[in-house]
Amino acid sequence: MKPKRTHLYSLAAAVAFAVLLGVADATLDAFSLRVLDLCAIYIVLALSLNLVNGFTGLFSLGHAGFMAVGAYTCALLTMTPEQKEMNFFLEPIAPWLAHVTIPFIPALVVAGLVAAALGFVIAAPALRLRDDYLAIATLGFAEIIRVVLTNAQSITNGALGLKGLPKFAGTWEVWGCAALSVAFMVLLTRSAYGRALKAVRDDEIAAGAMGVNVFRTKVVSFTVSSFMAGVGGALLGHLLTTIDPKMFTFMLTFNILLVVVLGGMASITGSVIASIGVTILMEALRFLDGPLDLGVFQLEARPGLRMVVFSALLMAVVLFRQRGLMGSREFSWEMLSRARLPWRKGGPAGTDGGTHGVA
Amino acid sequence: MALLSTERVTMRFGGLTAVSRLDVRIEKDEIVGLIGPNGAGKTTAFNVITGMNTPTEGRVLFAGEDITGMARHQIARRGIARTFQNIRLFKEMSVLENVLVGCHLRLHPNLFEATLHLPGYRRRDAEARAFAMDLLREVGLESNADELATSLPYGKQRRLEIVRALATRPSMLLLDEPAAGMNPHESLELMHFIRRIRDQFGLTILLIEHHMQVVMGVCHRIYVLEYGQTIAQGDPAAIQNDPKVIEAYLGAQ
Amino acid sequence: MTLALFLQHLANALSLGSLYALIAIGYTMVYGILRLINFAHGDVFMLGAYLAFYAVATFLLPWWAAFLLAILVTALFGVVLERVAYRPLRDSPRISVMISAIGASFLIENVGIVVFGGRPKGVQVPDVMNVRLGLGGVSVMSVSVVIPVLTFAVLAILLWVVHRTKTGMAMRAVSTDLDAARLQAIDVNRIISFTFGAGSLLAAVGGIMWSYKYPQLNPLMGTMPGLKCFIAAVIGGIGSIWGAVLGGFLLGGIELLTLAFLPTLTGYRDAFAFVLLIVVLLVKPSGLLGGRHVEKV
Repeated sequence: MKPKRTHLYSLAAAVAFAVLLGVADATLDAFSLRVLDLCAIYIVLALSLNLVNGFTGLFSLGHAGFMAVGAYTCALLTMTPEQKEMNFFLEPIAPWLAHVTIPFIPALVVAGLVAAALGFVIAAPALRLRDDYLAIATLGFAEIIRVVLTNAQSITNGALGLKGLPKFAGTWEVWGCAALSVAFMVLLTRSAYGRALKAVRDDEIAAGAMGVNVFRTKVVSFTVSSFMAGVGGALLGHLLTTIDPKMFTFMLTFNILLVVVLGGMASITGSVIASIGVTILMEALRFLDGPLDLGVFQLEARPGLRMVVFSALLMAVVLFRQRGLMGSREFSWEMLSRARLPWRKGGPAGTDGGTHGVA
Repeated sequence: MALLSTERVTMRFGGLTAVSRLDVRIEKDEIVGLIGPNGAGKTTAFNVITGMNTPTEGRVLFAGEDITGMARHQIARRGIARTFQNIRLFKEMSVLENVLVGCHLRLHPNLFEATLHLPGYRRRDAEARAFAMDLLREVGLESNADELATSLPYGKQRRLEIVRALATRPSMLLLDEPAAGMNPHESLELMHFIRRIRDQFGLTILLIEHHMQVVMGVCHRIYVLEYGQTIAQGDPAAIQNDPKVIEAYLGAQ
Repeated sequence: MTLALFLQHLANALSLGSLYALIAIGYTMVYGILRLINFAHGDVFMLGAYLAFYAVATFLLPWWAAFLLAILVTALFGVVLERVAYRPLRDSPRISVMISAIGASFLIENVGIVVFGGRPKGVQVPDVMNVRLGLGGVSVMSVSVVIPVLTFAVLAILLWVVHRTKTGMAMRAVSTDLDAARLQAIDVNRIISFTFGAGSLLAAVGGIMWSYKYPQLNPLMGTMPGLKCFIAAVIGGIGSIWGAVLGGFLLGGIELLTLAFLPTLTGYRDAFAFVLLIVVLLVKPSGLLGGRHVEKV
């Protein structure tokens, strides 16, 4: 198939999806719309984690920290002075923050940049570590960030959190960010820079011997990932309209990790599918935490049952299907035509996926 | 002036001295062998030259520049490429992609340029691809270009590793046991291959090898290590008749 | 600050430190053998405390019988956990094993929430543990004296097992080189099971003692102590039993003494351990008593 035609397909798919979003935005009830928007935010977050974990091979568990920083930055930049005054009743807000109010989109970018700056600062020491040490150090940094947020009363309002954030993160904003993230990741992973990331992941020593600056590559990957996590956190804050430090525990990182592992480490397609699947499943299974009526007998409400399902799911994937849904493969139109019309070209031969994915 | 030289290079790990006062001088266009029993410090010498280890003492000079203690990628950038004793290919990447990583130095992509596929980057990328395919064709791997590197049979993986090193366009190539696991016929082919790439790419080659046929057949000069010490050096004929070398390999008479 | 007050803080630090040490030993044993962070170790700790609680509250056992039963059942649980969640992944990349460990940790916690209920439970502390002891202005509960004694008793037994028995010799062999040990006809699986059993048993002892010292249970009670004790093990030098003990005391001491002298930092208490971890990882990644580990090219 010629690239031209697949580009046309991709364009058509993108337009169709935009139309679908428009229809959904106009017709869906508030709850369903929120789930739909949550899917998009999870796409941003999962891709961000996949960039470091799947494509660069750095096992980082600090995502919740960067999300928290992004969420707080964006919230503090967009809230009006009145809203801030209402929130900070225990201790007044720091004066330099009290009167800052900027529009949402610039605030979103700043949120990403602040998270990226923090990621950059953390990367320098943390990325000297490997594997499990890196994991535990990044987890540690995220915990430190959370403890600081809980205690910096005059800046973050401490444990009380921030309430009544303007609901700026609408369907177009979140899905716009998701689309940008997917496009960025597709272009990045197909470029020479993406190859350098994968080389570092597969064999650091050989990558260095080929002239790849291993440390710098890792730092860039980590910083870009932090940027995306910051933006994702900011979107989440402005979708839910409240944030507090308890939201950003290791549990949140766990959810994103589940999406990445389920979709397949190093697969953008997998992360997208799993983001949507897991988000919908999380909401659909919400009934598990309430009282259950099994016909024969009733169960009282057991919060936690839903997370039992998800942690068991994670273990099942790791134990029985380590490559997840997609492994490191990507969607492509060729893949589709091969699957449906195996007889047309005398069976599937030649390259396998990954060359002309949809952006 | 020698292209590569080491000056009294010593490498200690804790109490173990892996390499002791190594003095190697390699002139441009030479093919030099590094031999010795297992554990003699040959691979450690490679690691010191290519920046995997920083020597405890001594200096490494390349093209007149002191490269001691430089990072791996800085040394690669100066024109030294290597292969590994236990093949280190990028496992989850295709054969072509492996070679393209070797082209990284010429591409030197930056994040934005590469992601946005700007024209300058595109042109360099197209050139790199053409160059990589040429190299693969050269060694008969072009039909495997899209396969996963680790799905290749052993012999082809060795060849791919050499091609990947060539893709960095080095002036000096270090080969760590290139003939390991090869039968006599394949070894013979390898000898021709080594001579050919030297002429074609203007290389200077340092190689570690256990197959004496290959070492004696292809090397101009040979260094013999034992327990980290250099016990002999000279042309193949001299080495073959050196009593110290015979003793090291066969034991005392 | 008076001397008595200082000694009081020191006594508290000693008791908390030895509790950390007890749990850290379990981490260090498992890591020493499998190079695996057993993320679920803190949850095994929680399980031990709950089992002892139910044995007393539901089955009306005397506390010492409940204690023995709980630590044995928890040890068994540790063996099963390794078999189900880690053994199938022994030859997989380390990231996979770590993900499995994280999954196991969340699974145990959430099953805990479902089965034990999310609300905290009050523990009935045995009378012997609940005696107030006073000495020259320093006053502690008897449990705070029992804990260090128990920790050192356990440590003595463990050191004897590791250095004087055949199983211990095999453990050391496996931790040095798993494949070589297998070639020496050591039953590696049995040794790993034994290590997990012993580590989990120590976690249970720690959990039950914790519940006597801070008499309240909740299914997430193992998370923070779990992380902190892992950090204690890293600080001391992971893989080293004495290192774990040292790390535990160091962490307990730093935490409580900082709070005593700088009370304004109370809110940051949970961050101390992580800051300490990062400092140690950067300055001496192998920990205070750890050996060097170099990757071979």
